[in-house]
Amino acid sequence: MKKIEAIIRKSKFNEVRAALHEADIDFLSWWDVKGQGSARQGLIFRGIAYDVNAIDRIYISFVVRNINVEKSIDAILKAAYTGESGDGRIFVSSIEQSIRIRTGDHGDESLYDKDEDK
Amino acid sequence: MKRRLFKYITILLFASLTLPTAVIAQDSLAASTDSLQVAATTIVEKVTEEAPATLDSGNTAWMIVATVLVLMMTVPGLALFYGGLVRQKNVLSVIMQCLFITGVISILWIAFGYSWVFGTSFMESDNALGAIIGGWDKVFLCSLTLDTLTAGNIPEILFALFQCMFAVITPALIIGAFAERIKFSGYVVFIILWSIIVYNPMAHWVWGGGWLQEMGAIDFAGGTVVHINAGISALVMAVMLGRRKGYRTIGHPFTPHNIPFVFIGTALLWLGWFGFNAGSGLAADGLAANAFLVTHLATCVAAVVWMSLEWFLYKKPTIVGFCTGAVAGLVAITPAAGTVDVLGAFAIGGISALVCFFMVAYMKPKLKYDDSLDAFGVHGVGGIVGSILTGVFATQAITGTEGVQGALYGDWNQLWIQVVATGASVVYSAVLTFILFFIVNKTIGLRVSKEEEAVGLDISQHGEFAYSEDE
Repeated sequence: MKKIEAIIRKSKFNEVRAALHEADIDFLSWWDVKGQGSARQGLIFRGIAYDVNAIDRIYISFVVRNINVEKSIDAILKAAYTGESGDGRIFVSSIEQSIRIRTGDHGDESLYDKDEDK
Repeated sequence: MKRRLFKYITILLFASLTLPTAVIAQDSLAASTDSLQVAATTIVEKVTEEAPATLDSGNTAWMIVATVLVLMMTVPGLALFYGGLVRQKNVLSVIMQCLFITGVISILWIAFGYSWVFGTSFMESDNALGAIIGGWDKVFLCSLTLDTLTAGNIPEILFALFQCMFAVITPALIIGAFAERIKFSGYVVFIILWSIIVYNPMAHWVWGGGWLQEMGAIDFAGGTVVHINAGISALVMAVMLGRRKGYRTIGHPFTPHNIPFVFIGTALLWLGWFGFNAGSGLAADGLAANAFLVTHLATCVAAVVWMSLEWFLYKKPTIVGFCTGAVAGLVAITPAAGTVDVLGAFAIGGISALVCFFMVAYMKPKLKYDDSLDAFGVHGVGGIVGSILTGVFATQAITGTEGVQGALYGDWNQLWIQVVATGASVVYSAVLTFILFFIVNKTIGLRVSKEEEAVGLDISQHGEFAYSEDE
């Protein structure tokens, strides 16, 4: 089991979500976050132009079985890409254990629906 | 030490720049006394001829509406305009300051403010105080009945209420200068004293028969009394109170927390200003219609000019920019609304936007004072521009064949009078505000502690959140 986390542009969130749905990843959580990096955003206030590097981003997190890791990453890479500075990052980490609260299933079984999924 | 020195130098500079105008004021005052006496006698004759006056229901109906409109400018107009521009943690403090002013200044106005400004007992009895205030004869509006009529044949109690709304909005404009860092208790004392000591005498000078009015200064709806007065006090307060924490260190301006609030506030100000300007003639007549027209036109021109400047210079037209330009135009046309035509409105709107933009975008960052919401940059500067340009663009097409006209039409004297009136207002409100600041700051304190400022005035001063995160 791997946890996949991605920090992406706010404007790309819906595309990423649709791409993950295409890849059969339908369980995910996300947060609105602010981040700073090399990207800058131009703002204007009463005739004073300035730019800030604190920019709104979306932080996505979900856990998948090992067989799904590559296609999840591909989906995000494709959907979140613009080529400009500020596209974001993807992080992958190992998960020791996963338990579905309703059924008490442990491990891989907790991550997919036995009746529907392969 | 250095900072304090800088403050005193600024103030000294200010005084030395503006004092000569006050001295000159004395001379031209003497010169214009003759023409004024002639004018005064003709007015007296007119009044006696017209008696007995009957109430004009058309004028009265319009003035009731105009009074409502002017109240709407403070609450909720200005409260939303300023509230949207501050950061999230301070929005309630600004709303509270507007509400508080509406309540307490109204009480003071009915109690004795109206009498000080529009009373006549001191002038009639040749009391020396008559130069500053009107008298005690209308305390608690005691001598006014339902049948007491004033100019335009409207009930004087309605006139008193209309003027009450002006007394309310003037100190409310200053809030923009010290927003986000003022201590509420000190603010309460300062605002009450300011209204009594700064606003009342100046309103008396300009509208109540004081020396500025006698000199022939044109201030149709309050360019000197309301906007220059509040704007200059705002500058003094902003400089004396010091900058907000982080103002110079975060590297960019503090961002407005709710721009739709700014939009709604501007829309209400714009709407209310028609009562402010078109109501100031105290009648539902052609002059009111012209004031309405030029107010709207100047505002539109100023807003479009400001927006275009930002678009041209920074590639993006902003909502806050458009709104700020609109307010600058409204401020500048205020003293001129009763004397200029469409040409004047175009010019005053355009010039005020250019000058205010320059002050807000270039001079403020250069001089490094922290006028939080540009009360000086928009109201002070816009007021000065409008007041002086009134002496340029006043035309007999509006004021009548015997009326005043500006430098553009050959009468340079009127321009001179406008400059003197403007200079006198600047000096008076700067000096008095400085003294008031000093007194209140030494006794109660005007600035919150660093910690209170960091958590925001909503929590530290009022114990409330604007936007609770609880379910």
